[in-house]
Amino acid sequence: MKGPQEPRSGSSCAACKLLKRRCTPTCQFAPYFRSDEPNKFAKVHKVFGASNVSKILNEVPEEQREDAVSSLVYEADVRLMDPVYGCIGAIASLQKKMVELQHDLIIARARLAYYVDQTVLFSDDGVNMCPVTDMVEDFSGQDFLSFHQFSQFPFP
Amino acid sequence: MASSSSYNCPCAACKFLRRKCMPGCIFAPYFPPEEPQKFANVHKIFGASNVTKLLNELLPHQREDAVNSLAYEAEARVRDPVYGCVGAITFLQRQVERLQKELDAVNEDLIRYACNDIPTGLPATQGVNSLHSMAAAPRQRPVRTSNESGSGFHQTPSNFHYPYPFPWNDHNPSGNIYGGGVDGNI
Repeated sequence: MKGPQEPRSGSSCAACKLLKRRCTPTCQFAPYFRSDEPNKFAKVHKVFGASNVSKILNEVPEEQREDAVSSLVYEADVRLMDPVYGCIGAIASLQKKMVELQHDLIIARARLAYYVDQTVLFSDDGVNMCPVTDMVEDFSGQDFLSFHQFSQFPFP
Repeated sequence: MASSSSYNCPCAACKFLRRKCMPGCIFAPYFPPEEPQKFANVHKIFGASNVTKLLNELLPHQREDAVNSLAYEAEARVRDPVYGCVGAITFLQRQVERLQKELDAVNEDLIRYACNDIPTGLPATQGVNSLHSMAAAPRQRPVRTSNESGSGFHQTPSNFHYPYPFPWNDHNPSGNIYGGGVDGNI
């Protein structure tokens, strides 16, 4: 797994540049906010603040800090795009789409089942010649995901 | 008679920050004293001054929704410091992709029936019009990136407008909490 980049000596990271402080060899931000990506830290600083980001990173094991920074950057990006709803807008949009797709899939499969039935009825020897029958049989026992199963993040 | 909240009882924010809750406190309408954890989470993740700046940039009628979304994100981040609510987004995106693929597959089978690729006992197809009666409702029609001439069914765009970026561009997060292989059952 690719680890974070080591800070170059003599070069401030994007965080220390923005905060106008000396970037030390043990700078916590340096592996994740390179000097050639100033906007990345600027967004995160605007939404969360440098000290809050530092506290969050301190709570996270080192091998997970890169992912934590990526998710913070994403969250900050979306919040700046949509200051009212931020990521919640994205979640609501996806939930709505998921429910629509589940509904449409139920209808489409019911229609397909009708045609499969016709195939079975009119086949020569009564043997089901339709390759999609297995899928229809699977459908009858399939437990569709509903949002309520996604209980870790109940939507307010 | 003065309203109860600001004069007699500090809001959750001012209680937390140990300051006097003044009339017109920007936090008071959204952080009632009986919900201390809500502000505690928001303060931990975003900070009071950042929240103040954000609320000041919004119109008054937008602030309640903004606070609620911040509170939700803060709670998600407190529960999962690595991914926060981005984990939920990644999971939902994968579910949407999976469901869309399944729907595409079923629609293709329906089209094959309509074109008599799979024989049924029904009369021969009535033509392209039969596609519209058989096929899914308009919003089910998949978005196609290539122009498939002669097949209006495939060209009809989905109504789904998703104006947000995708979290992980070309790779899964290394923690892979909602990585590949999710089958839709939790």
